[in-house]
Amino acid sequence: MLTELTVAGALKALKSGETNAVELAEAHLRAIEALNPRLNAYVTLHAEQTLDAARESDARKQRGALEGIPLGLKDLFCTEGVRTTAGSKILGNFVPPYESTVTAKLKAAGAVSLGKLNLDEFAMGSTNSNSAHGPTINPWSSDNRKLVPGGSSGASAAAVAARLAPGTMATDTGGSIRQPAAFCGVAGIKPTYGRVSRWGIIAYASSLDQAGPMARTVEDCAILLREMAGHDPKDSTSADVPVPDFATACGRSVKGMRIGVPAEYRLEGLSPEIARVWDQGLEWLKEAGAEIVPISLPHTKHALATYYIVAPAEASSNLARYDGVRYGLRVAGQGDGLNDLYERSRAAGFGAEVQRRILIGTYVLSAGYYEAYYLKAQKLRALIRRDFEQAWESCDAILTPATPTAAFALDDQPSDPVTMYLNDVFTITANLAGIPGISVPAGLSAEGLPLGLQILGRPFEEESLFAAGAALERAANFTAKPGMVA
Amino acid sequence: MSLDAETVKRVARLARLRVEENEIPGLQAELNGILGWVEQLQSVDTEGVEPLAGGNPGGASLPWREDRVSDGGKVDEVLANAPDREGDYFGVPKVVE
Repeated sequence: MLTELTVAGALKALKSGETNAVELAEAHLRAIEALNPRLNAYVTLHAEQTLDAARESDARKQRGALEGIPLGLKDLFCTEGVRTTAGSKILGNFVPPYESTVTAKLKAAGAVSLGKLNLDEFAMGSTNSNSAHGPTINPWSSDNRKLVPGGSSGASAAAVAARLAPGTMATDTGGSIRQPAAFCGVAGIKPTYGRVSRWGIIAYASSLDQAGPMARTVEDCAILLREMAGHDPKDSTSADVPVPDFATACGRSVKGMRIGVPAEYRLEGLSPEIARVWDQGLEWLKEAGAEIVPISLPHTKHALATYYIVAPAEASSNLARYDGVRYGLRVAGQGDGLNDLYERSRAAGFGAEVQRRILIGTYVLSAGYYEAYYLKAQKLRALIRRDFEQAWESCDAILTPATPTAAFALDDQPSDPVTMYLNDVFTITANLAGIPGISVPAGLSAEGLPLGLQILGRPFEEESLFAAGAALERAANFTAKPGMVA
Repeated sequence: MSLDAETVKRVARLARLRVEENEIPGLQAELNGILGWVEQLQSVDTEGVEPLAGGNPGGASLPWREDRVSDGGKVDEVLANAPDREGDYFGVPKVVE
């Protein structure tokens, strides 16, 4: 089955001539045709364009590092000539006249786009249910109930799990790669802030947003990240640091590596299943030669509240550009002035969660409240980063659960926004501190749903994450498949 | 700090979001729920802590570049997605009488 191939496996099969890019693309397009009506993962498909790109790839003499590999793209990456929606009505049928740096690099490496993947509107959410395209469904289920795939990159995770792509592009602002990866039983990495260019990725919270890959193996994530990463003069926050061959690090031993266990992540009321898989992960790393070190990250408990000031503040500013004038949806009433046009277009175009975050962000930045909220949150952010800097004195990487629970049912979501935000409790600190984090499938819950573990590392030391992540992967030997699979 | 209905309306105006009168109580309750929850930050002593604005690890300062045009002259591309194009301009309702 061509759809069972990993990225590494497909590269090998392409090289040996066992298959070609057209066959690979066709196999995935057939799988998408069969399953997408139920999963709602892809929101834009362009089969002709996909097959053209595959044919060109097969004919290419100068082979790129991802030559012929089909990939799905979160619909937050601008793609030249292909509708890009951010999961929002406000972008209407926006067709970007330019290509994001990440997707341009993938194309240049020979990758073939299968289409654009659903997401929570503007990447705001943990369920992929806040989308103008409707919810994406997790290919895993229990008791025949429809489960959420996590969010905001829910469809990027669901597509990889259901074999509708060997790898996908996603973004992570507070856990949007790592949480859905855990919910769908796949691997995903949020690199260090600045590792990957943000140019051409629709902005949510610019000081937290980072793009990363999702795939079925840690090695595949390493292969994809290498092609995505690198300095880009068009993103002033992208770091001018060398990009190592991350895949080599997957074979590196973890012997002598010091793995920190933060006391504050052992939350009161943590599900025994999650606690069990966490302890198991520590045991596995220990058996592989790592040393387990207790650490403290004392400001962890304030990370969520800090995030929900910083992220909405940045979002309210970033989303000010959607004005019904230059692109996207315009709603105007008879005799309306310019302000009415702005207000009507934005009220009709943004969904409820996006409007909520814009309002919170506007409030915390407004005169009289800026210091009490925004400045205070920035100071907390500094303390959260300092916690990590102090932790690195005694450990090289940190192991935590990726999520507080397994995937939950679509019709069983908390209605209270604050309860929903708790989903990101383990992932959000990495975005605030700018450090990398990887999520690796580590086991199954009693209900047969995937559970993930997260490894956090020092800035620009993704190689440690790949080494420890691959060690966990080998020990966990996660081979379970979802019910809905091509 | 808790938001009254007038403040919700003022913030919505600042954010250029049209909010109908009947939506105000629901929004007010949700926003107050979130603000009440983030209030916890006030209990943390941040005396003398430098605020952290950017995401770059180590707080690396951003690079400077020469102020010169590197791209442009793409009127048609820029206007291609405009909901209302008038010649080489974006069309908007009359602003000045």
